[in-house]
Amino acid sequence: MKPANHSRFIGVLLVCSSAAVLSTQANAQFDISGNWRALIHEDQPERGPGPDIMEYVGLPINEAARIAGMSWDPAQLAMPEFQCRPHPSDYGSRHSNLRVWQEVDSASQITTAWRTHREWQEPERTIHMDQVERPASYAPHTWQGFSLGTWDGNMLNILTTDLKRGYIRRNGIPRSDEGELQEHYIRHDEFLTIIAVVKDPVYLTEPFIRSSNYIVDPALAIAPYPCSPAVEIERAWGYVPHYLPGQNPFKGEYANRYGIDLDDSLGGAQTMYPD
Amino acid sequence: MPQITTANHSTLCEEKTMSRYFRNFVAGSLALFSLGSQAQQNFDNVEIEVLPVRDGIYMLVGAGGNITVQTGVDGVLMIDTQYAELSEKIYSKIQELSPTPIRYIINTHSHPDHVGGNANLAPLGATITGGNVARLQEDAGDGATIVAFETVMNNMVDEKYPVESWPSETFFVERKDMYFNDEGIEILHQPNAHTDGDVIVWFRKTDVVVTGDVFTTTMYPFIDKAKGGSINGVIAALNTIVDITIPRAKQEGGTLVVPGHGRLADEADVVEYRDMVTIIRDRIKALRDSGMTLEQVKAAGPTQDYDSRYGSNEGFWTTDMFIEAVYDGVQG
Repeated sequence: MKPANHSRFIGVLLVCSSAAVLSTQANAQFDISGNWRALIHEDQPERGPGPDIMEYVGLPINEAARIAGMSWDPAQLAMPEFQCRPHPSDYGSRHSNLRVWQEVDSASQITTAWRTHREWQEPERTIHMDQVERPASYAPHTWQGFSLGTWDGNMLNILTTDLKRGYIRRNGIPRSDEGELQEHYIRHDEFLTIIAVVKDPVYLTEPFIRSSNYIVDPALAIAPYPCSPAVEIERAWGYVPHYLPGQNPFKGEYANRYGIDLDDSLGGAQTMYPD
Repeated sequence: MPQITTANHSTLCEEKTMSRYFRNFVAGSLALFSLGSQAQQNFDNVEIEVLPVRDGIYMLVGAGGNITVQTGVDGVLMIDTQYAELSEKIYSKIQELSPTPIRYIINTHSHPDHVGGNANLAPLGATITGGNVARLQEDAGDGATIVAFETVMNNMVDEKYPVESWPSETFFVERKDMYFNDEGIEILHQPNAHTDGDVIVWFRKTDVVVTGDVFTTTMYPFIDKAKGGSINGVIAALNTIVDITIPRAKQEGGTLVVPGHGRLADEADVVEYRDMVTIIRDRIKALRDSGMTLEQVKAAGPTQDYDSRYGSNEGFWTTDMFIEAVYDGVQG
């Protein structure tokens, strides 16, 4: 064999190897599919029974969000139009077990999307991996929004837009329909960590960051969660539960219970950081 | 300018050209719509975007109010016509959706960003009619029928819109029914809401509701007091939409809602908007009932939690104007 031919052979081999590497990078590097049990070891009081009314500590909210929160009446949750709403995708990672699976193009074997299903109220998401165009500004917004994903090493980065109005916390602190969600899915063997960063020009002064952990559980059975709204309390036509400014009967209750200064209990970016 | 023919779709309609209609009507329309900021708008770069809504119904987005187009075997029914200057682009898009003639135009109210194209687009259509034709049979179907509530006609006459843009079929009761393209259509008057002539249009088979400006996703409700609008009428109209709409599972989808301005919506979006408007109305009423003047109410910031989403300090409808309209509307 001539030396020149030998070098050509090595060159071809390198090109093929590079193509194989590139092909791997174009596909999902990590398999995050499976059934994942939510580990509620962080922020359990908020994620389990739920936050106190007017407990806004640790939330980087502005005055508009605070006013909206103080106007919020929990009776809203009994209204038929609110009974069967799922958590929006930016709150969903705080709650419920999770199933993840992938959609693969049969010809190319490229992952075109990751799909997720959560237990409570059965929200499903599609995380597009094929860089489809985001919806037009006049297209509908949804609870789960429109998600595009990209891999960065072993981390799946997801940007979600086109969300319906939701909430930062389940006590009336809103997230507007102009908000967006940046997520990072990271798998460590049998654990999955989801870091959610919520930005909202309407109600937040800084990005709000939360992490949630899951453990893989092949035996996990995710039950169906049907929901049919019903009138539970007869109300006047068009009744909207809310408290007028200064009339929220729960003001100070949380602060007094835990011995926190009232102003601190009402949140703001300064309450996220150590003194 | 290329000839745009509608007559080949109907023996009742003589062949017409777009250039003829633009010669006749755009000049007059421009003069009429030189009111306010709309006339300053440059329409040259406006593109008409089409969003399929469901089963032959489309939302057209350009400048001005959203247009809804229903297509089918009977022809085209459109709801609102945006500005006159956009009529050619709008008609071109409609022809892409359906080659059949425009049979009906329904106006949700009388503002120029919703009726401005009436005079250009109606003559390009053809109403199905017959009998009692005084002269030639061809005269019977000349132009699409423009349907609106009675006061829309009154307002357009008062404001000297061109005669060709006036509604040709009005009604003055709470609802008008139609059956077109194989579905029942209800036109429901919403008294004293955005104006005194608002209607919402409900496609019962397709399950789509077109709201006009009693619901938008872009701004606080514009309450045109000079034309009979009121805050309580707006809230009543929003509650009517909530009554009509039925979401699919998990309070999403189901009945789709085409707003007067902004994005395609569903019941949950209307509920959020209804809640916002109701909460602000209740706050301002409580402040007024406590003896506050309008200036004191404004200073109290009753809209503060919604201002950065829906409010404005400039343009034809500011937050202050909204508060003032609500303040007036909760008197007594």
